[in-house]
Amino acid sequence: MARISAGLSTSHVPAIGAALDNGRSSEPYWEPVFAGYDWTKKWITTEMPDVVILVYNDHATAFSSEIIPTFAIGCADDFAVADEGFGPRPVPAVVGHPDLACHLAQSLILDEFDMTVVNKMDVDHGLTVPLSLVFGRCDQWPVRVVPIAVNVVQYPPPTGERCYKLGQAIRRAVEAYPEDLTVQVWGTGGMSHQLQGTRAGLINQPFDRSFLEAISANAEGLRTISHLEYLREAGSEGIELVMWLIMRGALGEHVEELHRFYHVPASNTAVGHLVLAPVDTETKGNS
Amino acid sequence: MVDNSAFDDIPGTTVFTAERAHQGFPLNQFCMSLMRADNRARFKADERAYLDQWPMSEAQKLAVLARDYNAMIAQGGNIYFLAKIFSSDGVSFQTAAASMTGMSVDEYAAMMLAGGRSPEGVRSKSEGR
Repeated sequence: MARISAGLSTSHVPAIGAALDNGRSSEPYWEPVFAGYDWTKKWITTEMPDVVILVYNDHATAFSSEIIPTFAIGCADDFAVADEGFGPRPVPAVVGHPDLACHLAQSLILDEFDMTVVNKMDVDHGLTVPLSLVFGRCDQWPVRVVPIAVNVVQYPPPTGERCYKLGQAIRRAVEAYPEDLTVQVWGTGGMSHQLQGTRAGLINQPFDRSFLEAISANAEGLRTISHLEYLREAGSEGIELVMWLIMRGALGEHVEELHRFYHVPASNTAVGHLVLAPVDTETKGNS
Repeated sequence: MVDNSAFDDIPGTTVFTAERAHQGFPLNQFCMSLMRADNRARFKADERAYLDQWPMSEAQKLAVLARDYNAMIAQGGNIYFLAKIFSSDGVSFQTAAASMTGMSVDEYAAMMLAGGRSPEGVRSKSEGR
């Protein structure tokens, strides 16, 4: 039977990918950002999952304004790296896990989450920057990936509560998958940032730090943060944090925080990163 | 009817609602076309002629030609679509963001290094907080 072994959250700032791709990761501006992932890079060598369910948002790349799925799941064999206007990032194509993805799509729809099934999709920095932060530069990603794209571009995005419940449904679906697979769920995006208008550059460190603290012990309180509160407190692009709640919902009621990192700034954005492990209370704390 | 009026109470912020997406559709679709190198080359060769191939309003076209991102957003543009324009120009997200704030690129970069723009005073117009 498949199981969820860990959850990971991280910002997915495009400039981080550019810094890595252009060999600038040891510059004074970028070094502290990448250093925040050193622990994770070491940790994952012994905790390597077979599959990452990677929750991210498409930044008007695969989905234009023609079609806007609220929740989309990638069921393809592989996903090409998108040209976002400056040529594709020089990173490997992303290999999917169509069998697990099709199982998830069917399970989630029957569990009343009406996923859009995607059989061809280019993936942008939202998906590839998290992979780069955890696996560095490589010729081939060491994991298979099931992409789940969440609309946070056109209002309204799904609510935090809906996202948390989708996470819970993902857990149920993974646990019903017959093959022995180790699965991690990653929630990406955030933290506070605003990329538009005269308020661009907004960062709310107290909000971010409180979010990082609460997601382990008191996620209940985060589920009801309204869109308006995200906009006011975390900036117009801070709404991406609802994707962290999908990851959190997939880990069950209790989690242990293994790693936390927070840094301002990376370009326009506050970088947050967590590694969490589910705690199975039925087996007295052993995950 | 969904009431989005509270969004307009946030200073310096335009929320990309379904209505704005409808208004901005031709502008945003033009932006999507810049995800291909051959289209970027055609756009760069004659921007006005390239824009004239799209059913965009004159205000949208003029905003693009001026690289006035606040004006593009006022015409229904969304920043993730508009990012294709400044990426085609070889301009960073930080430089593009700075251009919308009235600050110089250096002033904006210094603000970010110092921890970013505080939310104090820019949460709500009506509540003055």
